Amino acid sequence: MPESSLVKDIHSSSTECRASPLRQFSQSSLPLHRNSYTLSTFCTEHNVQECLSHINQEMSSLGLPPIWTESASNSELNVVAVLNCMYDLIQLHRRGVRTLENMEVEQLKSSSNVDYLQLTSTRLKEQLELSKRENTGLLERERQLQLKVKSLQNCLKNEKEEVQKLQNIIASRASQYNHEMKRKEREFNKLKERLNQLLVDKKEKKQAIDVLNSIGRADGKRSLWKTEKTEAKHEGEMYKTLLSDYDTRQRELVLENAELRKVLQQMKKDMVSILSSRKQTLKGDKHEDGCIQADSEDEEEVFDSSTGSVDLYCVYAREKLTNSIRLQWRRLKSHVERLDSQASLAQIGESKNSDAVPRETHEEEMHRLKLEIQQCKDFIQTQQQLLQQQLSSPCDEETASLLSDCFMLQEKERLREEWKTLEEQRKIFERERRNFTEAAIRLSHERKAFEEDRAMWLKHQFLNLSPFADSKKSQLSKSKSAFLISAETEASAGSAPEKLIKCPSDTTSPTHRCVPPTSPYTADLCRTLCLIPENSSTKPKTKTEHAEESSVFCNGNVPVQHKRWNNSKDHSSHTLTREKNSSI
Amino acid sequence: MLTFIHTQKKRENNNELHFPEGKTLQTVDVGRHSCESKMNFSEVFKQSNQLCKVSPDGKYLATCVQYRLVVRDVSTLQILQLYTCLDQISHMEWSSDSLFILCAMYKRGLVQVWSLEQPDWHCKIDEGSIGLVSSRWSPDGRHILNTTEFHLRVTVWSLCTKAVSYIKYPKACQKGIDFSRDGCYMALAERRDCKDYVSVFVCDDWHLLRHFETETQDLAGLEWSPNGCVLAVWDSCLEYKVLLYSLDGRLLSTYSAYEWSLGVKSVTWSPSSQFLAIGSYDEKVRILNHITWKKITQFDHPAAINNTKAVVYKEVEKRPAVGSDDLSLHNITIGTTLFNTQSKYEICPLPVQIPVVKPDPDRANPKIGVSTLAFSSDSRYLATKNDNMASVVWVWDMQKMSLEAVLEQTSAIRCFQWDPRRPRLALCTATTKLYLWSPAGCVSVQVPTEGGFQVQSLSWHCSGDSLILLGKEQLCLCYMDTDQDEK
Repeated sequence: MPESSLVKDIHSSSTECRASPLRQFSQSSLPLHRNSYTLSTFCTEHNVQECLSHINQEMSSLGLPPIWTESASNSELNVVAVLNCMYDLIQLHRRGVRTLENMEVEQLKSSSNVDYLQLTSTRLKEQLELSKRENTGLLERERQLQLKVKSLQNCLKNEKEEVQKLQNIIASRASQYNHEMKRKEREFNKLKERLNQLLVDKKEKKQAIDVLNSIGRADGKRSLWKTEKTEAKHEGEMYKTLLSDYDTRQRELVLENAELRKVLQQMKKDMVSILSSRKQTLKGDKHEDGCIQADSEDEEEVFDSSTGSVDLYCVYAREKLTNSIRLQWRRLKSHVERLDSQASLAQIGESKNSDAVPRETHEEEMHRLKLEIQQCKDFIQTQQQLLQQQLSSPCDEETASLLSDCFMLQEKERLREEWKTLEEQRKIFERERRNFTEAAIRLSHERKAFEEDRAMWLKHQFLNLSPFADSKKSQLSKSKSAFLISAETEASAGSAPEKLIKCPSDTTSPTHRCVPPTSPYTADLCRTLCLIPENSSTKPKTKTEHAEESSVFCNGNVPVQHKRWNNSKDHSSHTLTREKNSSI
Repeated sequence: MLTFIHTQKKRENNNELHFPEGKTLQTVDVGRHSCESKMNFSEVFKQSNQLCKVSPDGKYLATCVQYRLVVRDVSTLQILQLYTCLDQISHMEWSSDSLFILCAMYKRGLVQVWSLEQPDWHCKIDEGSIGLVSSRWSPDGRHILNTTEFHLRVTVWSLCTKAVSYIKYPKACQKGIDFSRDGCYMALAERRDCKDYVSVFVCDDWHLLRHFETETQDLAGLEWSPNGCVLAVWDSCLEYKVLLYSLDGRLLSTYSAYEWSLGVKSVTWSPSSQFLAIGSYDEKVRILNHITWKKITQFDHPAAINNTKAVVYKEVEKRPAVGSDDLSLHNITIGTTLFNTQSKYEICPLPVQIPVVKPDPDRANPKIGVSTLAFSSDSRYLATKNDNMASVVWVWDMQKMSLEAVLEQTSAIRCFQWDPRRPRLALCTATTKLYLWSPAGCVSVQVPTEGGFQVQSLSWHCSGDSLILLGKEQLCLCYMDTDQDEK
């Protein structure tokens, strides 16, 4: 419970916590510093008052209730208040220390974080640097390459220009060369002519033929005079040879053509036979292309008639032939295409059939496979069962223990949960009870005040009836220290009237209400006045008070603390309630 | 496929031929060749300037030795005639009827003609101080066409009438003159006023049949199709351009595969006149067809051969193991073949990397591109050689239009020629070996002659039964065993 409150405090006043310890330190640094060498001399019997006031000031500056009131008494300290203050201070201190620790941890964390971040940042910086360098390198390379490209382009341009220039040069040189050649050749020819002339004119070494006796011609004929007739004859012979050449060539071609025709005819025959067989087999198709059929029949007739006269080389016949062949070819093509399509259809049909047949088989297969799967499943199940049986028989206890363990754990968990809820509920209840008790206390206070008022009123009335009024006794009671209030009251129990006289002055003072141990007083008063109708709730308290009083009586000031620690729980609750009151 | 070489030098007594000089044949057993054939090699004869030709009728073999002309019977190798010329012979050619032999001495500007039937008959043509660079028979065998120095003119001498006629402005180029196969027409490249022209002559009487300008920058060559109806004309290597003219001078088609880089290097007609193969500096052969004159296909010559059905034959040399007894003096004196290496073909598994020589780009006429093209007699196969892969011959199948075989030799190819009768390719690499390829396989044969006979060049006899192998100063005949071959 105190931990939770502390955490709550830290969370709620984290900003405050950060500031306040510092302030505390700065504020307390002076006295602490002083304390280092004047620890023993901070509080002496002589300067108690000053010390008190100083501490009081400090406390008030810290926002804590004052431990000592000047009005109450000069020398007596309110021990409870002091203790409370000390407790608060300790609490504060602890909180401060804890926050300090937290801060330190946080600082450590953050410093490590900072280190890490610094490391990463340096690394990243290095990377950046590297990439920058790389980038610059690449840029440099690109620039160089661009320069290279530019230079190469220039080179190319230059080369192209050079090529153009060279081509021009070559062309000009070629023309020049041709010109020179022609000139030289002409000169050469001139020289040749001249040489020829000179040699012909030369007498001493002339061309000569020296033949024993002329021989006859190879063909035995006599040579003929050159006449126009021979010229014509030569022309005729030349044309004859040319003609014969063309003749032989034509004959070759005719032969070739005849062979090709034969091939064509063979083809045609084959085609016709194929197509006619188709006609016979597929009469249904005849309706579709009946007209073409008629045409083709005509053609066939023409062709058949022309087969005999192929050798006519008539243009008409040739056209007929080629046309008929073309037609036949077209028909054959279409036929083949149809066959193809039929074949494809048949294939499709086949494929369909093959599909249809397997569909049944597929179903059968599926069925079979399903059955098989079922069998397999069954088999697996039985195997599993068997396995479980086998496993369960030897490992029963273990599993049981395991299971129980599991259950236990579950139960524990559940119980813990329940316990927690119950605890919470209890807390709530406690709080409520406290509230109730407080309310009851307040009520009792009010009632007491009321009773007092009434008693005062009655006393006043009674005193008013008596002829004397004593003011000295009230003065005496006042001179007594605050510590001995109860004792005084006890002592003065016998002399109740005196006390009663003194009380009105107390009630008038503003500090009277804040003094906590009023209950015995009131109780006593009530008792003395016999006005309290029920003593059950106040009686235990009065008893403790009695014990206190007795101890006080026996040991004086010092041992009171022990007693207090014994009832610390009560006191803590008291302080808490008080705080609550103050807050309310 | 067979890959082997098994040369054996032995005397064949039963088949010994009787020569006046007492020469015998040396036989090489070619073992497990496709037809178990044997190859017989003749004794070695002298020759100079690699002038050695079989007459067109296949009966005689003419050989030049310094300034002498020797005519032998091909079958017996007996000397039939011996002619003595005025100087060292630089060119020799049979007339088409195999009756006359032309011997040209370019340095002297002289041409001498000998008759086989009349050894006493003689003919001497003196070109005089105008010079002589080329001399050839006309297809009729009665005219001689001499090209003078500086290509001033072509002189046509008639042996029948002693008449002389001149053709002016012949162009000096790769192949400026071509006769049609039937011998009727001659195409001549001309250069006049810095323009290219083609003149078509009737060889019968040198009548100018057609004369037309060609659309070429610098005409490099022309060639008649075997049927004599189409003339292929190509531009110099600076420009890839092939023009096809009809006999009557009409331009049939123009073909150009690419521009700017070096173009045509070689052009060949297939014997069937069906294909025109164009080899170019881009290491490719393009085949044009005779109907549309468009490209049918092109044959690349890649350095890495993979993913084809072609067979790659690689010649592998192996030195014969020399035992201690072989080191005797006797052996060394007898056979220089001891130092000759034997070689055989191995079939390389694909892919194969072919050695490539990178040409020097700063020098003219770079050694790159297809320089040699040859169709087999049946037009079935095409053999090519790419100059930067000098040791490799490629054989292409013209039916499948794909690579058929690759022959990788140990040294650079000097010469290859198809058998005029069969799809059989003979090649030589200036070593002592002769190589033969046929669709059945590939063989390498050591020429069993003494003195390190290195085959520089070769030519088939028109029957396809024998080969004439030419060394630097010698020649040797190689007889194929045709009886077994045909079985």
